[in-house]
Amino acid sequence: MAESVQTPVSQPHSQAHSGAYRQPGGMRGFVSDWASDQQAFKNVSWGKAMMWIFLLSDTFIFGCFLIAYMTARMSTTVPWPNPSEVFALTIAGHEIPLILIAIMTFVLITSSGTMAMAVNFGYRHERRKTALLMVLTAILGAAFVGMQAFEWTKLIHEGVRPWDNPWGAAQFGSSFFMITGFHGTHVTIGVIFLFIVARKVWRGDFDTGKRGFFTSRKGRYEVVEIMGLYWHFVDLVWVFIFAFFYLW
Amino acid sequence: MAQATVDTSAHVQAPATVPAEHQQHPIKLYLVVWGLLFVLSVCSYLVDYIGLQGYLRWSLIVIFMLLKAGLIVAVFMHMAWERLALIYAILLPPIAVLVFVALMAPEAHYTMLTRLEFFGAAPGN
Repeated sequence: MAESVQTPVSQPHSQAHSGAYRQPGGMRGFVSDWASDQQAFKNVSWGKAMMWIFLLSDTFIFGCFLIAYMTARMSTTVPWPNPSEVFALTIAGHEIPLILIAIMTFVLITSSGTMAMAVNFGYRHERRKTALLMVLTAILGAAFVGMQAFEWTKLIHEGVRPWDNPWGAAQFGSSFFMITGFHGTHVTIGVIFLFIVARKVWRGDFDTGKRGFFTSRKGRYEVVEIMGLYWHFVDLVWVFIFAFFYLW
Repeated sequence: MAQATVDTSAHVQAPATVPAEHQQHPIKLYLVVWGLLFVLSVCSYLVDYIGLQGYLRWSLIVIFMLLKAGLIVAVFMHMAWERLALIYAILLPPIAVLVFVALMAPEAHYTMLTRLEFFGAAPGN
C-alpha cells in the first residue's frame, strides 16, 4: 500500500526538482514553452513574471520620454544647452564638468551591487545580512534622490524652467524635469519598498511564513529578488538617461 | 489519509526549493560585475571629460551604455540563467521602441526643416 502511494506522489515532486533540466533548451524549448498548457514561463513564479512584465511596460514609458526628448532636440533650430557645462560644479576653485552626475551614477551602481548581494544572502536564509544590505541599498538610493534634489534646486536658481532657460533651446527644461523627475520618483518608490521588505526580512517573516498585511499571502525570500528586479531596473534606466541626456 | 498528508508536503516543498537552487551564484560574481560597471562608468565619464566629439563620442557612449545595460540585465537581474521563453518575451518587445525612434528621427528632421523654411535660420525663441 505504501508503495502504491509513494510512486504517484513522488513523481510530481521529482519533476519539480529536475523539471528545469528535463525540458528541452534553446529554440526548441522556447517553442515548446510557449505552445504548452497553462504556463509559458516554466520555472519562473507568477510574481517574478509579473514584475518582468511591469518592467517591460515601464521600459516603454521611459522609451517614449527619451524619444520625445530626441525629437525635441533634433527639431529645434536654437542650439541645445551643453550639459557638460550646465551640470558642472565648482569644487575648490576648479570647474569640473558633470561631476555631480558622475557621483550619482556611482552611488546608484553601488546600490545595485548591494541589492544583488542582498538577494544572494536572502536565498541562503541569512536574514540579518540580507536586511542590512537592503537598508544600505535604500540609504544609497535616498542619497541619490538627495543629490537629485540638490541638482534641481541649483538649476531652478539659475533660471531653468520647463518653458525657458538662460542657455538655449527652451525644450531643455521640460525634457530635463520630465525625465529626471520620473526617474527620481521611481527611485523614491524603490527606497520606500526597500525599507518595507527589509523590515520583513529582519523580523524573519519569510522564515516563519508570516502572512503579509495587504495580500495576507505567505512571503518567501523570492520577494527580495523581485524587489531587486525593480531596483536594478531603476539603475538600468539611469544608464540610458546618463548616456542620452547628460553625455550626448 | 496518508496520501493526503504526503501530497500537501510535496506541494509546499516544490515551489520553495526550485528557485532557491536556481539562483545561487558566488558573491564574487557580483563583485566582479560591480567593478566592471564602475570601470565602464569611468570610461563613459572620461568621454565627456576629455571632450571627444562627433561620431567617436557618440559610438563610445552607446557602446559603454550597452555594455553596462547588458551586465545589469544578464547578471544582476539573472536574465542569463532564465529560459528563452522569458528572455524573448521581455527583451524582444523593446525593438518596437527602436522602430519608434526610426519613425521619429525623420519626423524631427522634417519639423526642423519646416521651421527653418518658415521662421528663418534664427527665430526669436
